[in-house]
Amino acid sequence: MQDLREPLLELIRRTSTDLPPDVQKVLEEAREAESKGSAAQGALDSILENVALARENSTPICQDTGTPIFDVQHPSGWSTRELKAQIRDAVAAATEHTYLRPNAVDTVSGVNSGNNLGDDAFPTIHFKEVEGEDLIIDLILKGGGCENVGAQYSLPDSRLGAGRDLQGVRRVVLDAVQRAQGKGCAPGVLGVAIGGDRGSSYYASKEALFRPLKDQNPDEKLAALEKRLYNEANKLGIGPMGFGGKTTVLDVKLRGMHRLPASYFVSVSYMCWAHRRRRMTVHAGSIKYS
Amino acid sequence: MKTLDLPLSADIVRSLEVGDPVSLSGVMLTGRDAAHKWMIYRFVAAGPTTSTREEPYQGEVMQHFDLRAVIGKGGMGPKTLDACATVPGVYLHAIGGAATLIAQSVRAVRGVHKLNFGVPEAMWVIEVEGFPAVVTMDSHGNSLHAEIEAESARRLETLLKA
Repeated sequence: MQDLREPLLELIRRTSTDLPPDVQKVLEEAREAESKGSAAQGALDSILENVALARENSTPICQDTGTPIFDVQHPSGWSTRELKAQIRDAVAAATEHTYLRPNAVDTVSGVNSGNNLGDDAFPTIHFKEVEGEDLIIDLILKGGGCENVGAQYSLPDSRLGAGRDLQGVRRVVLDAVQRAQGKGCAPGVLGVAIGGDRGSSYYASKEALFRPLKDQNPDEKLAALEKRLYNEANKLGIGPMGFGGKTTVLDVKLRGMHRLPASYFVSVSYMCWAHRRRRMTVHAGSIKYS
Repeated sequence: MKTLDLPLSADIVRSLEVGDPVSLSGVMLTGRDAAHKWMIYRFVAAGPTTSTREEPYQGEVMQHFDLRAVIGKGGMGPKTLDACATVPGVYLHAIGGAATLIAQSVRAVRGVHKLNFGVPEAMWVIEVEGFPAVVTMDSHGNSLHAEIEAESARRLETLLKA
């Protein structure tokens, strides 16, 4: 099998240090939208200055390089066991190069492994066998501040008057944004899964974050709710870093799932403004990044 | 932008108000979760911190060490705000995620303690110049975080009535 450790190290370097253009664009638009001289605009100025410096110096955008979440789509013929070993080697090498901060802490002993390699679930790697010839590896680095403000609701929720329908979904998602305040490093991107069980629902809410910003949800109802939630969340006035302002979320991504008749979960994953998301494609042995 | 040299005098701290952008120069100490727990339970030493996770410890740490400024993000709660009034102290909000920008203000690493907590959790003694932050909790009982939280709760209520 092809040795992908060097290309994977480069994928991690790009993800940690080079913010994707779609994220940068919405941050620039947010800066223009905030009032001149406000703390919100000052925060976005610092954010954009930092993004440029990180790219130029090839240093991490954020010191919390988060949980590396790899989503691997592979044609048949690739060994997922070997791919996993190569990904883990690349993660350790990226830590050595300080593209990643050592982030894997053994919860029982309290010891930080020092190389970002923990148990089977750290880093997170998901494999899907797909049609076609290309191997596609998506990576998100998801920091702890934003992960901590994620939320899962079981509908109906009487406190919020949220029933088992899209109106109920709307209510709990807005509640999640209000509770998060600036603590998830606003302005954030919301990944929301509706349905599933508790585990599959949370993971799907993270998968939703792999979508490009400002793309079109193929489901009309979900597309309409995404727009509405985006507008309403930005009326809450939380603003960049929670300093107050017009920009609280950058985008909202919804995904519907099947569920048990007895359950109706809504899972919200909050991604900070440093939405570090990159893709590597292996086509006929050659590597492409996007 | 107010330029401040560390350590801060009580008078300077009292002159700071919520919303003031500041630029810090001097020596500071870092400390996160493990450090804060250790300070209270083992020894009690002090340092600036990240977010509300340190709320159970921070007030006590500030009082014990006459700590005049805490740097973090996301704000802290009423115990810390009380400590800001009595010490006096301020909570300074750095821009979360702006690692490269903030690192540029670090002139030297003077030392490190408790490295066995792991690299992020260890207590680093650093010398900074022009470290950017905003005062979001002051010594006069004002908290920008409490204001934004209350106002956003009101707006949420209005949206949910619609």
